[in-house]
Amino acid sequence: MSEKHNQASRIITFPSIHDALKAEKHCRKAGFKVKLIPVPRHISSNCGMALECLNRDIEEIMRGIRHAELVIDSLHSY
Amino acid sequence: MRTGKHKTVYFDNAASSWPKPERVYRAMDACMRNAGGNPGRSGHRLSLQAARIIFETRESLAELFGVADSSRIILTSNATESLNLAIKGILKTGDHVITTGFEHNSVMRPLRFLEKESKLSLSCIGPSHKEPLDLPLLEKAITAKTKLIVSMHGSNVSGDIFPIAQIAGIAKRHGIVFLVDASQTAGSLPIDLTKLGVDLCAFTGHKALLGPQGTGGLYIREGIVLRALKQGGTGSRSESEEHPEFLPDKYESGTPNTVGIAGLGAGVKYILSTGVRNIGEKKAWLRAYLIKKLQDIDGMRIYGNPASAGLAVVSFTVPEVNSSTIARNLSDKYSIMTRPGLHCAPLAHRTIRTFPEGTLRISLGIFNTTREINYFIRCLKNTIKQAE
Repeated sequence: MSEKHNQASRIITFPSIHDALKAEKHCRKAGFKVKLIPVPRHISSNCGMALECLNRDIEEIMRGIRHAELVIDSLHSY
Repeated sequence: MRTGKHKTVYFDNAASSWPKPERVYRAMDACMRNAGGNPGRSGHRLSLQAARIIFETRESLAELFGVADSSRIILTSNATESLNLAIKGILKTGDHVITTGFEHNSVMRPLRFLEKESKLSLSCIGPSHKEPLDLPLLEKAITAKTKLIVSMHGSNVSGDIFPIAQIAGIAKRHGIVFLVDASQTAGSLPIDLTKLGVDLCAFTGHKALLGPQGTGGLYIREGIVLRALKQGGTGSRSESEEHPEFLPDKYESGTPNTVGIAGLGAGVKYILSTGVRNIGEKKAWLRAYLIKKLQDIDGMRIYGNPASAGLAVVSFTVPEVNSSTIARNLSDKYSIMTRPGLHCAPLAHRTIRTFPEGTLRISLGIFNTTREINYFIRCLKNTIKQAE
C-alpha cells in the first residue's frame, strides 16, 4: 500500500502472528487489499505484526472477522 | 537410487519414510535460501516469510485432520515430544490411565516414568480373540479415577488398526480424556479428528506425512487445557515475563525448526493433492501383495491379522533363523532395508509373544512397487536357504 493509502488506512492488531496471518488469509480470500506490517510505534500490541486495511473496507472486514470468529486484539487509526 | 551393486530397496517406512516427494527437498532448500528470518519475531520480509511457512503448514495439517481452527495444532519436534506434552500436561497425582498392550515406548516410557514416581496407576488392555484391543475389557477397567485413555491408531509392529472411533465413544460417555498416537497412520489413513471426537492426537512428520525428521505435532481439542512442557520466547507479548495463554504460542516457545516445518508442509500438501484415500488404497494393495508372497514361504509366521484391513507394516518370523541375521544379510548383500528386533515396542512384542527375539518388519511406502517386493521375496528365500 502506498503512502497515499496510509492516509486513509486502519490497523488491526493481534495476540499472535498466527492470528495475524489467519486474518490476512481470510481478507485476501474475500478480495480485500490488506498488508501485514510491523506495528507502528505509537500502538501497543501483543504481536509485532499488524494488518493494514483500507478505511473504506474496514466495516466489512470487521464483520467478516467476527463472522469467522477470528481472534484480534484491537482496531486503530493509522 | 543406486548404491554399489544393487538399487536400494527401502522397506523401513514405519521407522522413517524415504525417499520424500521431490517438492519436500525443494521446499526445504527454498526455505533456507529465501525465508531465513526468525518466524514472526522481527517484522521484516524474511521473518514474515518464515512465519508464513509455519502458518501454511499448520493450515494444511488442520485440513488433513478435519480441524477447523489450525491454532489447535501444536508443532513439536517429534511424536515423542507431543506424547510427553499430552501425558504430562493432563495428568495429576493420583490419576488412573488406561492404555493398550501394543503401545510404543514413546507412550509407555512417560507413563511408566510417572507410575514409578507414584503419580499414576496404569491398566494395559490386551487383545481379544480377533481384535488387537478388547474393548469390553477396556470399558470395565474404567474407575472413578480414570483421567486418560491412550491408544495408538495403528501398530508399528503388526500393522493392526485400533478402533479409535469406538474408544472415543467410550471415553466421551465416561468423561475421560482420549489421546490417540497417530504416528503410524497420519498420512496413510483418513483421520477426521472433529468427527471422531478425539481430545488429543499426537503425530510425527517424518513417517507417512513425508516430511523430514525433527517434525511432529499435537492436536488439542478446544476445551482441553494442558500444562506446557516449556516456556520462553514466542514473539508475542514481548513486554511480559509471563508466558502467553493463547494457542499455539502457549505450547510452542523458542525458535522452531522452520526448515523442517517447510518440508513437512510440502509433504502434507503432496498428500492433500494425491488424496489420503488413494495413498491408503495403494498401500493396502501393496500390503496384500506382500502378505500373499510371504505366505508362500514354508514355515513363515506372520503377525497381526493378515486378513483384516491393516497398515502396510508386516512383521514375521522364520523358524530357526534370527531376524537380525536376515536383516543384515538383506542389507549387506542385496541392499534391502528392513528392520529386525523389537521396534521400540517391547510391550507389543510381549503381547504377540515375540519378546525378546522380536520380528523382521517390512514397512512399505507410497513409492514402493510390486517389482521391489518380488526382488525382496527372491532375496529372502536365498537368505533363509543359506542360513538353514
